[in-house]
Amino acid sequence: MGDLNVEAVERYRNNFLKEVEERVEEGHWVKMCMQCGVCSGSCPFGPHWAHPPQELFMMIRAGRREEVLTSDSMWMCTSCYNCVVRCPRQLPITQIMHGLATYAHRLGLAPKNQPTRKFSVLFWNNCTRTGRVNELKLTLGLYFSDGFIAGIKKAWALRHIGLGLLLAKRLNPFELIKGHGCKDKKGIHAMLKKAYEIENRRKGFSS
Amino acid sequence: MAKKEYAFYPGCSSQLRASAANYMVSVNSMCKVLDIKLTEIPDWNCCGASIGYAGSGELARHVLNARNFALSEQHLPGQDIVATCAACWLGARETKEKLAASSTLLADTQEALKEAGLTYKGEAEIRHMVEVLIEDFGYEELAKPVVKPLEGIKFAGYVGCQTNRPFGIAGESFENPMYLDKLVETLGGEAVTDYDQKVTCCGGALAFSEPEKSQKQIKDIVESAYDHGADMIVTPCPLCQANVEIYQSEINKRYGTKFNMPVTYYSQLMTVAYGGSVKEAGLDGQVIRARKLEEIAVKVVKK
Ligand code: SF4
Ligand code: SF4
Repeated sequence: MGDLNVEAVERYRNNFLKEVEERVEEGHWVKMCMQCGVCSGSCPFGPHWAHPPQELFMMIRAGRREEVLTSDSMWMCTSCYNCVVRCPRQLPITQIMHGLATYAHRLGLAPKNQPTRKFSVLFWNNCTRTGRVNELKLTLGLYFSDGFIAGIKKAWALRHIGLGLLLAKRLNPFELIKGHGCKDKKGIHAMLKKAYEIENRRKGFSS
Repeated sequence: MAKKEYAFYPGCSSQLRASAANYMVSVNSMCKVLDIKLTEIPDWNCCGASIGYAGSGELARHVLNARNFALSEQHLPGQDIVATCAACWLGARETKEKLAASSTLLADTQEALKEAGLTYKGEAEIRHMVEVLIEDFGYEELAKPVVKPLEGIKFAGYVGCQTNRPFGIAGESFENPMYLDKLVETLGGEAVTDYDQKVTCCGGALAFSEPEKSQKQIKDIVESAYDHGADMIVTPCPLCQANVEIYQSEINKRYGTKFNMPVTYYSQLMTVAYGGSVKEAGLDGQVIRARKLEEIAVKVVKK
């Protein structure tokens, strides 16, 4: 992982904007931002971000690579698309946030303990394993991501919620053994592998 | 033959034993009355949801959606794809638009799909269930089967984000969409028209990963419903439903509030208004029981 970062630094030297344009989803839009601040003002989690979208775009253009890629800000995006519908320049901000997060994760620079990063990885692995999400395994996976004791504590603290869902038949322990899944798992896995290969080639990742 | 037929994309949370299983129950009941035939896309897969991005990247996400499109075109040719989940609908719509706009992305997607023995033709339209109700039926048509108007119940119409942005329902504003209120009135209920949290984000997946922050959002959503005298909240989105309903007890602990506000689906309202039972409306799947709606559901209809 570290190598990917070294290689990227080499390849783009000091042109972080170019790097974002070429490697981050919808990154070519960043230069269109006119710094009006509407996105940051519209963002429900804005107050929690160290750097709301507008600021991240400014930092990208200023070449503050390290700071942007190690930030936990873009992980706080809830995909509510409020910024997207309001941006006067029609930037696909949500996708850029996800794209930045993905890229930082890929390079191994994203903060290791950012909870939404962990959840995002868990989610993707969960849904691609069988082709469908197993909500119970996903929830338990999240609870136990900090170890067994922490997991038990968390599950205990939220036991009323679990029980409520259980009684409403919206959660079922049976899912642990026999969850939902697609028949053609093999096809799905082959298809995703191909997709990664193609994307790596397009984005110029060496491996 | 049914009046209308659609290829159906249920999404993971609407499956049996999953968190929105009761949504599905009510959608099925509602569709029966309206003579809508939903046929599940054979072997459909997860849409990737909005939160899978760390591992997925761009292409893999589109490929997942494209597989569903290809399967639908193959097995249910000529039918629009209908999703009941806001996030599924949004993700699928986005993929559809991206593939139409970029020949490179389309070629890459086809190359990957080939590994699963599939090709995408680009024919099927992607629509949300409420889109279908409003556009293919219309309020007048939806009012016809009402046998038990939802009289005396005040609903705070909580549209949320993803059924509303960035695509939304045709002709509606992003800031103040009216369709849910209109739907409530169509069913004889009272819509709380000045409900100011109508399009607030519930925190989405961050309800799991960063609970304190999203619970603040949920608190505002529920509080405003109380402030405006609502009896319950109604929503078109399974994630909004789950988040706003199940975390109220946590919020009560954290903020000392006494929230106990039912959060229902539009399809549950429709099922009850159309004469369905508590069970048919999936009301037995509520964590916070929607008593007022149940009362109407058990009433005997005078013919
Ligand atoms: S709303 Fe658009 S133009 Fe304004 S700061 Fe945000 S991204 Fe830039
Ligand atoms: S989509 Fe993300 S960045 Fe945009 S307003 Fe919502 S949370 Fe903020």
